[in-house]
Amino acid sequence: MSADLTVIRLIVNGEQVEAAVAPRQHLADFLRDGLGLTGTHVGCEHGVCGACTVRLDGTIVRSCLVLAVQADGSSVDTVEGLSDSGVLADLQAAFEARNALQCGFCTPGMLLAAQELLAQGGVPDRATIREHLSGNYCRCTGYHAIVDAVAATAQARAEGAR
Amino acid sequence: MKAAAFSYVRAETVAHALDLLASHGDDAKLIAGGQSLVPALNLRLLSPSILVDIGRLIELAGIVAAPDGGLRIGAMTRHAEVLSSQLVAARCPLLTEAAAHVAHAAIRNRGTFGGSLAHADPASEFPACVLALGATIVVVGPEGERRIAAEAFFTGIYETALRAGEILVAVDIPPLAPSVMTGFAELARRSGDYALAGLACRAGRDANGRLDDVRLAYFSVGDRPTLALGAATTLQGQLPGPETYAAARAALASDLDPPDDLQASGAMRLHLAGVLLERVLDAMTRDGSNTRRSA
Repeated sequence: MSADLTVIRLIVNGEQVEAAVAPRQHLADFLRDGLGLTGTHVGCEHGVCGACTVRLDGTIVRSCLVLAVQADGSSVDTVEGLSDSGVLADLQAAFEARNALQCGFCTPGMLLAAQELLAQGGVPDRATIREHLSGNYCRCTGYHAIVDAVAATAQARAEGAR
Repeated sequence: MKAAAFSYVRAETVAHALDLLASHGDDAKLIAGGQSLVPALNLRLLSPSILVDIGRLIELAGIVAAPDGGLRIGAMTRHAEVLSSQLVAARCPLLTEAAAHVAHAAIRNRGTFGGSLAHADPASEFPACVLALGATIVVVGPEGERRIAAEAFFTGIYETALRAGEILVAVDIPPLAPSVMTGFAELARRSGDYALAGLACRAGRDANGRLDDVRLAYFSVGDRPTLALGAATTLQGQLPGPETYAAARAALASDLDPPDDLQASGAMRLHLAGVLLERVLDAMTRDGSNTRRSA
């Protein structure tokens, strides 16, 4: 049983990162404990709750189901990076305006999942939004406000694009 | 929970991966997308001493149009790629339909087609699809390549005909004749959950609209994806309709013996298998055409 550390190099929120990690450490723990990026939340740790959703090489993944060593050579974006860049600003404002978060635990994952759907363009209907967010659990809101916020953002972006 | 400690090697080629498997034996476990393996590691259901990562093997990724009109799907093809592939939609719409039911978007971006088959979860969609389609699983090992019919590949819960030291590299999907339709449906409590019962179906119709060569591949109703042979026999040569479906549903009781578990009783799963049979065949044949409509 080896506990050898493996050196990984990856880009996190646009910055080159190099670190020595244990192969058993998943990406969510690496982001939180290794890099201090605690916006990525750890819930169930077996891929059910969606709280740890991050972007890996441009698409959303469960960071509890990706080993940090598997991310060697990849590019990772977390809620911190996407917040700082401003690409989530309108979606975040819509979440706040509609009370689409209460405790906030699920919110980073919700934002990343919703952003991927919104990035596909157009105005998804509510069923499509629900389906796309079905892998992200929220225990506070009952989801309606979250769907409202995503739908409103989609509408606003579509109008802004005209 | 956190996984127990293990070592990790990223395979550079298939040959490299085979060498690593040969030298580490049972202590090694292959990891592809990791969407079933990492949960099992985190829950400490598994504790291999070394993971051999084949997830970056470009030579195993991608979907290719076969000259015979079929498809070859590389083992490392992600579920999301199966779902969005125009080639798959044109040549094998059953897989497009099924892929939408596989977990959630974030899992589909990472999980692999070959990994799903090699893992052989009895509740998974793709194993039933390759069974319905009569596909061939292509594996390589120290002695070279083997081609295994889907009917012989799935041997039990998480068990397959893969031998120690072998790697699943691709799946060959045979072409569908123009008269052949496919359909898919599953019943789950929530979107993305494991199905309580599911059905992947392939069926032909003759010039008179009678059903021909029906393959009903059920999943989540036993220890492996299962062809309902008796029900398929009752459907042979029949016109689609309520009496035909009723006879086939009755035959399912001999074909399937679903176990009881926390999610549903065996009797309930058997009932749901009948519901699916009717829904899928009805959707496939509703407009009387040979469109490959999915349920």
